[in-house]
Amino acid sequence: MSKKSPYLTTKGIDQLFLGFFHAWKFIAQFFRELFSRPFETKEIIRQCYEVGVRSLPLITLTGFVTGIVFTKQSRPSLQSFGASSWLPSLITIAIIRALAPLVTALICAGKVGSNIGAELGSMKVTEQIDAMEVSAINPFKFLVVTRVLACTLMVPVLAMYSGFVGLMGSFLNVNQNEYTTYQSFIKEAFSSISFLDIYSSLFKAIVFGFTVGIVSCYQGYNAGNGTQGVGRAANSAVVISMFLVFIEEIVIVQVINWMR
Amino acid sequence: MKKVTGTIDYHKKVITIRNLYKSFGELVVLAGIDIDLYKGENLVVLGRSGTGKSVLIKIISGLLKPDRGDVFVLDKQVDRLQEKELRELRLKLGFLFQHSALYDSMSVRENLEFPLTRNVKNLTTAQINEAVEEVLDAVGLLDKINQMPAELSGGQRKRIGIARTLILKPDIMLYDEPTSGLDPITSIEINDLINEVQAKYRTSSIIITHDLTCAKATGDRIAMLLDGQFRKIGTFDEVFDTQDERIKAFYDYNFTE
Repeated sequence: MSKKSPYLTTKGIDQLFLGFFHAWKFIAQFFRELFSRPFETKEIIRQCYEVGVRSLPLITLTGFVTGIVFTKQSRPSLQSFGASSWLPSLITIAIIRALAPLVTALICAGKVGSNIGAELGSMKVTEQIDAMEVSAINPFKFLVVTRVLACTLMVPVLAMYSGFVGLMGSFLNVNQNEYTTYQSFIKEAFSSISFLDIYSSLFKAIVFGFTVGIVSCYQGYNAGNGTQGVGRAANSAVVISMFLVFIEEIVIVQVINWMR
Repeated sequence: MKKVTGTIDYHKKVITIRNLYKSFGELVVLAGIDIDLYKGENLVVLGRSGTGKSVLIKIISGLLKPDRGDVFVLDKQVDRLQEKELRELRLKLGFLFQHSALYDSMSVRENLEFPLTRNVKNLTTAQINEAVEEVLDAVGLLDKINQMPAELSGGQRKRIGIARTLILKPDIMLYDEPTSGLDPITSIEINDLINEVQAKYRTSSIIITHDLTCAKATGDRIAMLLDGQFRKIGTFDEVFDTQDERIKAFYDYNFTE
């Protein structure tokens, strides 16, 4: 007589669906806890500082370099058509619509995501999360809700800042090569940008921020045992966040283009 | 400190466990446990590593759910409680984790203030300071108030862990391997502290350990866990006055090695 399989389909497929189910449960718990008292205002502010202010140097550097490099790389193509005066508007469209939210989200996935994954993972394996639980403190609210909220709030702010710094980098390059003044650069830059571009960029950054926060917290909160578990949590927080950010970018761009 | 056993109320059970089963996959760790903890009593659960001792207190505190059986803590069935009721019950439980589980990112003071300020509303700064200093004084580490957990020794971390549970004035203490990883002198100090906590705060305790010195020094009763069941329950001398080879081996290994 053959032994009955404990799996509905195969082990891999069962685990995949179980993983999705756990992830959805985690997201649902986030929204349930988000609107219930007590609100951890002090901890949310602290996490906003951690996510926002501590990421500023890296965001400044990457935003600035992105602006300069993208301007330098785009110039020869436009010059060959005799259209180098379009450089400011091309760069602005690229930075505002795509680069600023995307680069910021990827930087945050790497820096903030790994940090959250490792921190929560290490708290999990050293039983600090259990210690909160048995002290009648809600660890999900204190650790997860605050971090996800901080990422959701701060990534858009950082993306806008990154866009501004990127445009400044671009202006520096344009000013050196085409001797364009600041006023004419800004006028040209924003002539081709609509409110839809800014709103969609902000929307993307909010979605990316939420994704980085929730994925990193999920990986850390459910870390396996031992130092290996912490390492895996940090690693998968970054990899899965980045993967989802790219998927979301494609989907949102399609929707925005359809609305345009 | 010499053990005082005169304050146990054998008419009042604070924890009642009946027919408790717990497995992880194919591995059965608890296979039909029955035991009671009386008010004011220190009950030591002895057993080898990996026999489910820690699982037992995690079920009692609601961190794990049993597969089968009944666990009553202060007359409440733990696995049937709603989240809010479980939180209320946990205010009456103190849990010392094996590795203390102090919050790394917080100082000793913040570690102690954290559960207090979250669970007791409208405390003034003076009241918080007084409570923190009182429990730190009770564990003899008032001078470490501003230090970070990473700056403390293993024994000091255990003491701060005990202080953190005492700040909520629990009725029941659950100690998970309180002397593991400590040198013999520090272990004796922790054993004394467990007895002091029992006497001063009138707590009832379950002490999980494989250290017979700790069991002898702190336990009013000992429960020997073997193969997922309590093989023998009684005083230290009653438990080890046996013909059971495995219990004798446990004793011999601890006291003759």
